[in-house]
Amino acid sequence: MTTAEKRNLRNGLAFCALWFVGFGVFTLYPVVASLYYSFCDYSVLQAPLWTGLDNYHRMASDTVFWISLKNTLVYAALALPLGMLVSLSLALLLNTGVRGMTMFRTIFYLPSIVPTVASSLLWLWIFNGQFGLLNWALRPVLGIFGATPPTWFSDPAWAKPALALMSLWGVGNSMVIYLSGLQNVPQELYEAAEIDGANAWRRLWHVTIPLMSPVLYFNLIMGIIGTLQTFTTVFVMTGTADGNPARSTLLYALYLFSTAFYDLRMGYASAMAWMLFVLIVGLTLLATKLTEKRIHYAG
Amino acid sequence: MQPHSILARSAVYTLLLAGAVIFLFPFLWLVSTSLKPIEQTMSTPPTWLPRASYATLDGRRTEVTLDHPVADPPGYWHVTERQVSGTQPDQLTSAVLPVTAIETRIQPRWDNYRTALATMGGPGTTARGGTTSLGADAQVSFFTFLGNTLLVCVLGALGAVFSNAIIAYGFSRIRWRGRDLLFGLALATMMVPFPVLMVPLYGVFKGLSWIGTLKPLWVPAFFGNAFYIFLLRQFFRTIPEELSEAARIDGCSEWTIFWRIILPLSKPALAVVALFHFLWGWNDFMGPLLFLTRKHTFTLALALQNYQSQGGGVQWHYLMAATVVIILPVLVLFFFTQKTFIQGIVTTGLKG
Repeated sequence: MTTAEKRNLRNGLAFCALWFVGFGVFTLYPVVASLYYSFCDYSVLQAPLWTGLDNYHRMASDTVFWISLKNTLVYAALALPLGMLVSLSLALLLNTGVRGMTMFRTIFYLPSIVPTVASSLLWLWIFNGQFGLLNWALRPVLGIFGATPPTWFSDPAWAKPALALMSLWGVGNSMVIYLSGLQNVPQELYEAAEIDGANAWRRLWHVTIPLMSPVLYFNLIMGIIGTLQTFTTVFVMTGTADGNPARSTLLYALYLFSTAFYDLRMGYASAMAWMLFVLIVGLTLLATKLTEKRIHYAG
Repeated sequence: MQPHSILARSAVYTLLLAGAVIFLFPFLWLVSTSLKPIEQTMSTPPTWLPRASYATLDGRRTEVTLDHPVADPPGYWHVTERQVSGTQPDQLTSAVLPVTAIETRIQPRWDNYRTALATMGGPGTTARGGTTSLGADAQVSFFTFLGNTLLVCVLGALGAVFSNAIIAYGFSRIRWRGRDLLFGLALATMMVPFPVLMVPLYGVFKGLSWIGTLKPLWVPAFFGNAFYIFLLRQFFRTIPEELSEAARIDGCSEWTIFWRIILPLSKPALAVVALFHFLWGWNDFMGPLLFLTRKHTFTLALALQNYQSQGGGVQWHYLMAATVVIILPVLVLFFFTQKTFIQGIVTTGLKG
């Protein structure tokens, strides 16, 4: 290495020193440690005791684990597509350049910066079966068909849909990202498509979506990573980390948390955490493989 | 993509308006609930405006609650004197009065807010409770929670700006061997789910005796964060290399270049980092849940959740009032910093 290179290396490492420390202490060590703990019996009160694959075996036969996994996947399958659809639709609507766009954008964005605890409580109240705002609006509408609105968080069948609906209030963040992506699509492409006789729907499908594909992909991946780790909303809404009613809202992260900090079975919780890690990486790779050919990185 | 026809344009506008109404309704319901007396939060059908009824009982004009309509004579209501704190329930006068004798007007209950903030930290009605004990029944003042939250947010924001600017400089303005590989590693850490880090992190902080203090919430901000590093690195790369080159030729050290040239040019990006981290600190729940043990160290997010589970039933009007107080600063902050906010999201989301 030349002197200049050596000097640059020294400087580079010096500037990044804080990151090295942070990475080592707050990322690398925990990752390795939790992998180790996953093969141990570990309550914080005593040193970890190596038990090999015990935790993983127990997971396979733990019905609650499978319930929590199923719940999380169902919730993600509901919330993720809905969320992307709603945020993209709102972005498309805003992109038409109507008057008051800034005001609308603000209105749609605001809820996404509300503290999660606050919005969880608010929506718990809105979804209240008896006195909530939602059922007050639904009752007359459903009454026409002779139906009654569900009791949402008191009904195991409706708790997860309620969660998914609630998550839509926070699509503002994704919407803003999509909006910027839309605004980066060159106008000439739309004009060219119109000249070729493409109607609005075909323009959307053949111009907008392909050019938005990197942004869509990014949001999909971030969505997968985030949704599978949902914790605060369910913790606040079900109080005792039980996932009532009937464990219908016992999401993976909630069960993990209660295993670690209420049951003090940190080895088992670490095994669960690693399973989650594997699941997230797996789904990310799957999503990447499935969409690879469709992502156009515009030159 | 301008729709050409009036029909298309009005369809878009209608949809946007409908969406806006749906998104705003929860806020309105939040405020409405927070201003009602408890029995009106549970009225069927729900009402939007809080009301107060007044009548003359025993020659005195007092506020009354409408208990129920009486069948005979029709048009009459059974009312009870409204309970003022300190009065025993069996000492309350009640009567059956015609609707015409009851005066009802709209009256928001602003003292819901006072009570909510006073009882948020524990049972009792003192606004500034001292800590009589450190247990679950300790009385902690709202301002203590606020102070804790501000401490975490401000120190965290300072740490985030300071550390990530330096680190991002190292990853973008200096060329050194292995730089891009390590940066890739930094980005990869964003994929590690928090539950994986949770248990060992708890162990780390326990070893440092930081559990139960606010330190785990703001000290890590001083050691870099992949997201902010990425954000600032993107920004630094837009600054022309010639500026650095010229300074190097003049004999400036890297630190001088960083401090005197790059940093002053980066104020908008640094503002985004500060803002984002401040907001994150305000909203963070899991961190406080994991690392804080004593009520007087709670942040607002944790205190609010704790408030929900405190006491017998949920008192929605107080809970909603507390929620309003916690949300308000965030909304105010947003209104003053809108441009920075949106710009920040755009920068990270698009180049990602």
